[in-house]
Amino acid sequence: MIEIDALTKDYLDLRVVDHVSMTVEDGDLAVIVGTSGSGKTTLLRMINRLIEPTSGTVRIDGKDTRDVPAYLLRREIGYAIQGHGLFPHRTVGQNIATVPVLMGWDKARIDRRVEELLELFQLPAAQFRDRLPSELSGGQQQRVGVARALAAEPKLLLMDEPFGALDPIIRAKAQEDLLGIQKRFGTTIVLVTHDMEEAIHLGTKIAVMDKGKLLQYATPAEIVVNPATSFVGELLGSGERAFRLLALRRIGDFVEPGDAEGTPVSAEQSLRDGLEEALWSGRSALPVVDDEGKSLGRVTLATLEKLGARPQ
Amino acid sequence: MSDIAASAPAQRRFAVDKLGVLIAVIAVIAALMPFAAFRANRIVAGESKGIFEALPGWEAALLSVALAVAILVAVLRTPTLWRLFASLAMLAVLLVAVGNAANFLTPEGDKLARVSPGGGFWLLVFAFALLAADGFTRLKLAPWLRILILLVVAAAIALLLWSGTWNSLSILKEYANRADAFWREGETHIALALGSLALATVAGITLGILCQRVRGLRAVVLNVLNAVQTIPSIALFGLLIAPLAWVAANVPGASAIGISGIGAAPAMVALFAYSLLPVVANTVVGLESVPPAAIEAARGMGMTNWERLSRVEFPLAFPVILTGIRIVLVQNIGLATIAALIGGGGFGVFVFQGVGQTAMDLVLLGAVPTVALAFAAAVILDAIVEMVSTRSSPA
Repeated sequence: MIEIDALTKDYLDLRVVDHVSMTVEDGDLAVIVGTSGSGKTTLLRMINRLIEPTSGTVRIDGKDTRDVPAYLLRREIGYAIQGHGLFPHRTVGQNIATVPVLMGWDKARIDRRVEELLELFQLPAAQFRDRLPSELSGGQQQRVGVARALAAEPKLLLMDEPFGALDPIIRAKAQEDLLGIQKRFGTTIVLVTHDMEEAIHLGTKIAVMDKGKLLQYATPAEIVVNPATSFVGELLGSGERAFRLLALRRIGDFVEPGDAEGTPVSAEQSLRDGLEEALWSGRSALPVVDDEGKSLGRVTLATLEKLGARPQ
Repeated sequence: MSDIAASAPAQRRFAVDKLGVLIAVIAVIAALMPFAAFRANRIVAGESKGIFEALPGWEAALLSVALAVAILVAVLRTPTLWRLFASLAMLAVLLVAVGNAANFLTPEGDKLARVSPGGGFWLLVFAFALLAADGFTRLKLAPWLRILILLVVAAAIALLLWSGTWNSLSILKEYANRADAFWREGETHIALALGSLALATVAGITLGILCQRVRGLRAVVLNVLNAVQTIPSIALFGLLIAPLAWVAANVPGASAIGISGIGAAPAMVALFAYSLLPVVANTVVGLESVPPAAIEAARGMGMTNWERLSRVEFPLAFPVILTGIRIVLVQNIGLATIAALIGGGGFGVFVFQGVGQTAMDLVLLGAVPTVALAFAAAVILDAIVEMVSTRSSPA
């Protein structure tokens, strides 16, 4: 659990982070979203003390982060940045092993961990361990960057626009990977982005920041339905509220008995995907199947329309 | 249509290489210049001898034919390997021929007569060395291969020296009179160049790291070092005499470790002073060129300042720093000749003696090994720089 309490950062006369308080529970994926200059990156970097706060405290699992030297604190916290920041003179394996080496793990344990992470990120060790970062594609570099951040099995992972430099297709893949990893290791993640779409897709909680202030800290559904200020509403994009709401829920939860014609949709897809499919194919109902392709029933256009309406 | 098709390859066959034309012009002019100079003793003015006067008839004819072929290969757009082979073969022929010319021109049993290479010989060597260098550049050889070739060339020259082919040449006659001094001064020369380099490397890298870390320091240090660099070398060697003499006289123990106003100490200090700027400047530039994201990641993952410097920044800056060290080594091998002026020793001793006695052969005895050393140092360090840089960034 991370408790951020009245955290403030001043640069001379400029207050870039202004009394921000929020709590990130274990296993949460908290996304800090805001425009550039909103103070979101400064807030993130104060958690692992890359920037020292002017006032306020950060406690991780109840302990004040100032109780240990900053470099020791950072070794316990995973850190991934935009443009990956891989060391160009070190191989993929050496890059991933950075923090375990700093922490003095024995060689066998490091090798095991590197291999495990490479397999997890679909980069076969035999093929990739001894390559240099310059010999990888952009998506592969980004995956190695995240693998490196996770190498020492941190309970907490900080990510600063980790997918910012990726093209849309690789970015979607990287986001799915991240959700998979969080599910697998139960890592608590704090991620900074300027992209509300990404925030809603990834976050279990979203913190919206503007001009150094925390405007709203809530679940994605709450943010979509009840934006705290007009600025939060603007960030959401007024023309897309219904679709953002639908995107948060899965079809499987709204299946009714009955048959429907045509290509089925998966229960794991979002209501937004279902609505799009129904409109595009001109059907008033869609058959729903589970992962194995077994029929579960159907979802109707009428249900989808009703669920897209503003909750009362 | 068929006419055009037929003429195109024909045109290419007779296409002309631009650098080749320049080399041909130099070579033709050089061939008409004196190939060797004969003097009755080491200080009188010499008589110039053209190729046909300097060599026995059939050898002169062979040399002329070889020259004509090599010039043709240079002028026409020929495959790089041909050009390289032609230039190296031509250089070998020239080096043997100049030795033979000396044997041919020296009267039997005459100990005073001197035969030295003429302007034409030097110009021919220059022209074909240029062709060889161009060939090596075009081939883009692997670094280790370049070092290997350097060793082969050094071995070939050693073989020529050992075989006695050049024994009648004036430079070797000067050497024969001073063999002991030659090796002693050679050792001093290398000790001055390498010693000052080692000191400058340690001090320069430290200073460079400090300059990169402390903004305010950088401008001051770099400006001072720039100013030092602009002092003419002879002046700097001279300027150090007074302060070092004072140190030797007033600081206890200073003279015991070899510090004095003249000799090796001021030479070392001056070479060290000249060496600092390239090392410091390249260290700063190298550290500045480390990707900011890598530094950010290193901090974010919990590296201490020292770990970040030693594991990330320094290894990434190293190829650039090594380039600075290369500049210093080549520069110092040349500059160390001036140390002789203040009693510091080195190959400069022969240069200054030779100038004093108007004995050009003696000047060459100092200058030729200095140039050879500087050249070898440049080739070796260039190769090392390339090996180090490709390791961190293939592509």
